[in-house]
Amino acid sequence: MTLKSLLLSVVASLAALSAQADTMKMAVTTSFANSGLADVILPEIEIDTGIEVQLLIVGTGQALKLGEQGDVDAVLVHSRAAEEAFVEGGYGTHRREIMYNDFVIIGPSSDPAASGAADEAIGALAAIAGAEADFVSRGDDSGTHKMELRLWDAAGVDLAGDWYKAVGQGMGAALNTASGMNAYILSDRASWLNFGNKGDLAIVFEGDPVLFNQYAYLPVNPELHAHVRNDLAQKLENWLTSDRAAELINGYAIAGQQLFVFNAQPE
Amino acid sequence: MNDLWAGLAEALRLVLRLDPDLVEITIRSLQVTLTATAIAALIGLPLGAWLSVNRFRFRRVVIALLNALMGLPPVVVGLIVYILLSRAGPFGVLGLLFTPTAMIIAQVIIITPIVASIAHQAIRDLWSEYHDLLISLHTTRAQRIKALLWDSRRALLTAALAGFGRAIGEVGAIMIVGGNIDHATRVLTTAIALETGKGNFALALGLGFVLIALAIAVNLALHMLTRTERSSQW
Amino acid sequence: MVASILPLRLEAVELRKRGKHILGPLSLELGATGCTILLGPNGSGKTSLLRLMHGLERVRRGQLQWAAPLEEARRKQAFVFQTPIVMRRSIVDCIAYPLLLDGQSRSAARAEAADMAARVGLHGDLARPAFVLSGGEKQKMALARALVRAPELLFLDEPSANLDGRSTREIEAILQSLKADGTRIVMSTHNVGQARRLADDVLFLNEGKIVEAGDAATFFDNPTTPEAQAHLNGDLIP
Repeated sequence: MTLKSLLLSVVASLAALSAQADTMKMAVTTSFANSGLADVILPEIEIDTGIEVQLLIVGTGQALKLGEQGDVDAVLVHSRAAEEAFVEGGYGTHRREIMYNDFVIIGPSSDPAASGAADEAIGALAAIAGAEADFVSRGDDSGTHKMELRLWDAAGVDLAGDWYKAVGQGMGAALNTASGMNAYILSDRASWLNFGNKGDLAIVFEGDPVLFNQYAYLPVNPELHAHVRNDLAQKLENWLTSDRAAELINGYAIAGQQLFVFNAQPE
Repeated sequence: MNDLWAGLAEALRLVLRLDPDLVEITIRSLQVTLTATAIAALIGLPLGAWLSVNRFRFRRVVIALLNALMGLPPVVVGLIVYILLSRAGPFGVLGLLFTPTAMIIAQVIIITPIVASIAHQAIRDLWSEYHDLLISLHTTRAQRIKALLWDSRRALLTAALAGFGRAIGEVGAIMIVGGNIDHATRVLTTAIALETGKGNFALALGLGFVLIALAIAVNLALHMLTRTERSSQW
Repeated sequence: MVASILPLRLEAVELRKRGKHILGPLSLELGATGCTILLGPNGSGKTSLLRLMHGLERVRRGQLQWAAPLEEARRKQAFVFQTPIVMRRSIVDCIAYPLLLDGQSRSAARAEAADMAARVGLHGDLARPAFVLSGGEKQKMALARALVRAPELLFLDEPSANLDGRSTREIEAILQSLKADGTRIVMSTHNVGQARRLADDVLFLNEGKIVEAGDAATFFDNPTTPEAQAHLNGDLIP
């Protein structure tokens, strides 16, 4: 029964996997994770504070749900209305703005709907709808999806029609779909720049202030879930709003482009 | 096609360099899935044997249920396990969510019906062969199950490998209950999903080829193990 | 010797399977010594009667009573099937299996099994898988497996029905030596010659009932019923 003893040793070694000191869990959005910023700041956080931050990369909806249930210690997302509802519901202690990046409209490099010619983001989307050019939507209740719906609403576009494809997936999967169909899509700049399967796609519209995307940090309420590491969440907040964080966040660039703008206010 | 070649090249590069991240998630994949397979075998094989030798009222219902559970969508299993293990759920105090243990639990639920069902079919055939002999020798129920399990061990190995195959390639459930946390719960399949999401097809494919190679290696290793056993015993 | 499990008494025992009448009602008593041969045409119920006495069929009507508690009675008897049941193990492990059930160590059980194999004339490498044996060898293996627990009572259901002449003679020689050692034998056969060579007494069955029973010499020389007369003459029973 060598097989049995082999398996038993595997079980034993698994126990060793779970023991770790000063770790906290933070739910973040796929767009944040895809930006690559986490890979830069997480090691620095560990050096400066001794905290190992474990990231759960999910959509905004699921991230807030994880916070509500007390399965993470803090949440870092970008959907203001949902964040405020989260704090109002008592699930988070407070909301602290950290930084922002921006959304861009991606499309076929030839821009058949001529959306790049518009002055405002709303006009760009209206041009796509007018041309009934294929558009891929996240359709997953994420921060990006909510931003997109607000813009469509402002543009007064009815989203019925074959050209509008809600895929119900994360940013990367949605970008893969858009790349495969050569369709338009709204993406955060970071995800786009880090995306490896661009195909014929390019940025067709950018720069309108309505496309700014504010990230906020929400510590989970320890009064609701006694086990959450609020002490670590506080320490992390102090770090995220520090000058050191400002330096790293503002200095993070892909292909020479700055992705995030630090805008946390001192308390 | 270019992506495929790039994926193969990437797989080779990762393996030749013994990329530390690759080694880590590969070992974790093996740990999680081998443990899950071992537990599923410990539950599923005796269950399959027990169902073969016992006649009771709801036996057919149980067998039908088992066969139906084989098609259980992993995402649903993941969601149910998530709700049970969530801090707000009934087993929240255990703090198991987003740990390899949670992933093992989900995989055990997914593959135990497969292991039990295949074991049941093999053992049922052997039981009809052995029935008169084992009754004649005045065996206890436990002795019968033991003899049937031992003598159909080759078919049972196949059952366990079928479970392993399904678990090692599974992503839906362990993504939800494990969370794909770097250096904690990331395994080959969730890493593949992540890299696909980033559009890094070559890396994703490279990991995919490593996964396939791993599955083949485990199968071959177990078959070799049983062959040496046969030559020494027979 | 310890208290015997025999005599075995059957009183008005009946056997039905899926609504079909198979056996009985029949009553009989099996004494503590000798070799009883069950004779009768195909379908007369020989196999069913053996299985019923051994406990392979459940008695639903009538009574079956051993001279010892049932547990003990079951432990001290063994059964050899018409078609040997071959376990997926080595020859020696097939024979040793009943001893393992009794809690013996593997090495002790194997040593005893090897002795028993030699006694029934099974030669060659006993570590080979049992399925490579010929038909006659398989039956010898089954006989060795039945004997390894030294049963007081041995049931055999047409043990040489599928065997050639040589294997049949070898099996019979083993049975003769068992008789000499005092093992109680109850065996069915359709081979009248074999019955004459082995029987101390005879149960003749037809259509699920005992038609004639008694001392072997009397039965073979002066069968009283027309059915038994016809069977011994090799005629079809009217």
